[in-house]
Amino acid sequence: MKKELLSSILLTIVCMVAFSGVYTIIVWGIAQMAPNKGEGFVVSANGKTYYANIAQKFTDDKYFWSRPSAVDYNAAGSGGSNKAPSNPDYLADVQKRIDTFIAHNPGVKKSDIPSDLVTASGSGLDPDISIQGAKVQVKRIAAVRHIPEDKLDNLVTEHIEKPLLGILGPEKVNVLKLNLALDQLK
Amino acid sequence: MNAELLGVIVMFVATLLLSVPLGRYIAKVYAGDKVWTDAILNPVERLFFKLSRINPAREMNWKQHLIALLTINLVWFLWAMFCLLNQSWLPWNPDHNPSQTPDLAFNTAVSFLVNCNLQDYSGETGASYFTQVFGFMFLQFTSAATGMAAAAIVFNALRDRTTEKLGNFYNYFLKSITRILVPICIIVATLHAFHGTPMTFKGIDTVTSLQGDTMHVSRGPVAAFVAIKHLGTNGGGFYGANSAHPLENPDYFTNTVQMIIQILIPFAMVFAFGYYLRKKRLAWVFWAVMTIGFLCLVIPAINAEIHGNPKIAQMGISQPSGNMEGKEVRFGSYASAFWSIATTVISTGSVNAMHDSFMPISGMNMLLGMMVNSFYGGVGVGFLNFFIYVILAVFMGGLMVGRTPEFMGKKIEAREMKIAMIVALLHPFLILAFTAVASHFTALNTNMGWWFADAAGKHNASGWLNNPSYHGFSEMLYQYTSCSANNGSGFEGLADNNPFWNITAGIVLLFSRFLPIIGPIAIAGLMAGKKFIPESSGTLKTDTGTFGILVFAVKVIIAALAFFPALALGPIAEFFSMK
Repeated sequence: MKKELLSSILLTIVCMVAFSGVYTIIVWGIAQMAPNKGEGFVVSANGKTYYANIAQKFTDDKYFWSRPSAVDYNAAGSGGSNKAPSNPDYLADVQKRIDTFIAHNPGVKKSDIPSDLVTASGSGLDPDISIQGAKVQVKRIAAVRHIPEDKLDNLVTEHIEKPLLGILGPEKVNVLKLNLALDQLK
Repeated sequence: MNAELLGVIVMFVATLLLSVPLGRYIAKVYAGDKVWTDAILNPVERLFFKLSRINPAREMNWKQHLIALLTINLVWFLWAMFCLLNQSWLPWNPDHNPSQTPDLAFNTAVSFLVNCNLQDYSGETGASYFTQVFGFMFLQFTSAATGMAAAAIVFNALRDRTTEKLGNFYNYFLKSITRILVPICIIVATLHAFHGTPMTFKGIDTVTSLQGDTMHVSRGPVAAFVAIKHLGTNGGGFYGANSAHPLENPDYFTNTVQMIIQILIPFAMVFAFGYYLRKKRLAWVFWAVMTIGFLCLVIPAINAEIHGNPKIAQMGISQPSGNMEGKEVRFGSYASAFWSIATTVISTGSVNAMHDSFMPISGMNMLLGMMVNSFYGGVGVGFLNFFIYVILAVFMGGLMVGRTPEFMGKKIEAREMKIAMIVALLHPFLILAFTAVASHFTALNTNMGWWFADAAGKHNASGWLNNPSYHGFSEMLYQYTSCSANNGSGFEGLADNNPFWNITAGIVLLFSRFLPIIGPIAIAGLMAGKKFIPESSGTLKTDTGTFGILVFAVKVIIAALAFFPALALGPIAEFFSMK
């Protein structure tokens, strides 16, 4: 037992140096060759830098909105609502979001609103919306910005991110990139 | 074909294709045969053993193995407690996170020690980089290797000879990390770094959003962490949202990689068993039993998620992507539902969507995955759990057809059966007894005193639920099931960072980790000491479909009888209430 204890302590120290220390440094070294030196993907526009994969809060009618966030888009914390599908309070929240959406998007049919726009994402930082989620907002933005709807439709279509290898997983639109392009549109 | 469906099929098939050669490699590593990694790693391992004053050639019997295993686990527990209680002043804490409270530190240290990674804290605010790397990541390597070493001891004990000598624990342990975990982790971490997962020692970044809001973005050495988190079926996320977080799991490609590597070793251990003992057919029977169980759980879950929430359908909006509450658009309902079941049948417990918000049928299947806990199971320990069911099935099968119960040429007698029964029954006992206690407090709305306070400072027990009614019960049932299965996922709405949940969950974790390791090693050790009886016409054949069905039936009977009443009160009742 005593012998095992000494060996255990020594082996623990050796392993810690190797697997917490050296391993981490190796991966860090490799990451220096990755885009943005392993500090997360960014996009730059107008001299400002944004994290491409982190949802931003868009409340202004002239921008495409992100999905609702249970943590108010706080990227120094993260999480979902953890509400059960049967929870009456939660269902009331969803109903409220639908009503708000319709108030800001007059003329949109209820059945055209996809659920991802009125449900909170898992991380609270989901950077994407579905294609239908982008298209259903076109009418509002066209009216606010005085841009023809078909031009905006084309913009959304250009920003559709295809599935992995074209065949695996869902299609989506990155809200930030779409909004940056929207600001460039004249 | 539907691209989302094709995505999950590719994940499964790719895992299988990779796991067969990996299984052969693992078998060679544990058998001490020549492998291609010898040239680089032999000298490294020799140095490690020399520094630790260990003779890796010293053969141990099963009791010596257990003493070594438990001793080194005790050392790790003390180290983890030290990190957590002192992280505020320890180095490498750029975000100035505070030290954890003693009850939270106990829960966290235990849960990383036992390969569970239940997280009652949130990574962004509850752990420093020092703790993440030298506490958590260290334990993610070592706890996985402990499980794998335990499986290697059982493999060794089942060989066709009579002996007490079952190899060296430290040798199995170290080689599990150097030969298997680290090389794969370096590849996986690299892929992640190139797909946008941060790998930096810098702290929180402050940026201004397009609309002009100030944003704080947590970063950290995430890529290195996320690799071992999945390969070792640990599951503890660097960030609070785990693999739903867009930096921890940036796109569908990283999601696929994370999915493959978390099932990879549980698959490979089954095939390693086949190669090691030259029982390839038996290994495929085992794998088929596990896979049938997995499919029975995953198909209804995917089906429930893609069809969305009927209560939301009633509001008149469309649900083209299914039930999206708690899910991420880049993964969609198929990959999220697939993940939710995969992560619960194996003991990872990482999430890429919030389990609390899944449909009741999916929630039930996640619970069932953890209740059975050996449809694949965690690295090493999944195989040990399966082994217990095999022993039970051999005994029952033997009695049913009037043959001596034998497995691998060794008789199964009363002593082995007693141990197997204790291990098999411990799991439902821990889950149901603790859930009953917590439900009792909730139902009476008991004042819990210092044991519990909700966000508003009230001490009433019902305050720990985030959802009412049947689902509230499911939240408590899920928490103890996740602990007892050493899984670590949660119905995270439960307010679990308080002395009551931290301490009771910690106790469940300790029992449910170490008894299911001690039990199988003891059984295998006892079997190894018995006389080898060559196979004859009187032997109950185990490498057949019939035996596979028998094992499956034993699992279903134990799980169904023990857990059906609890499931009826939780997810099943919720399901019918939503009709």
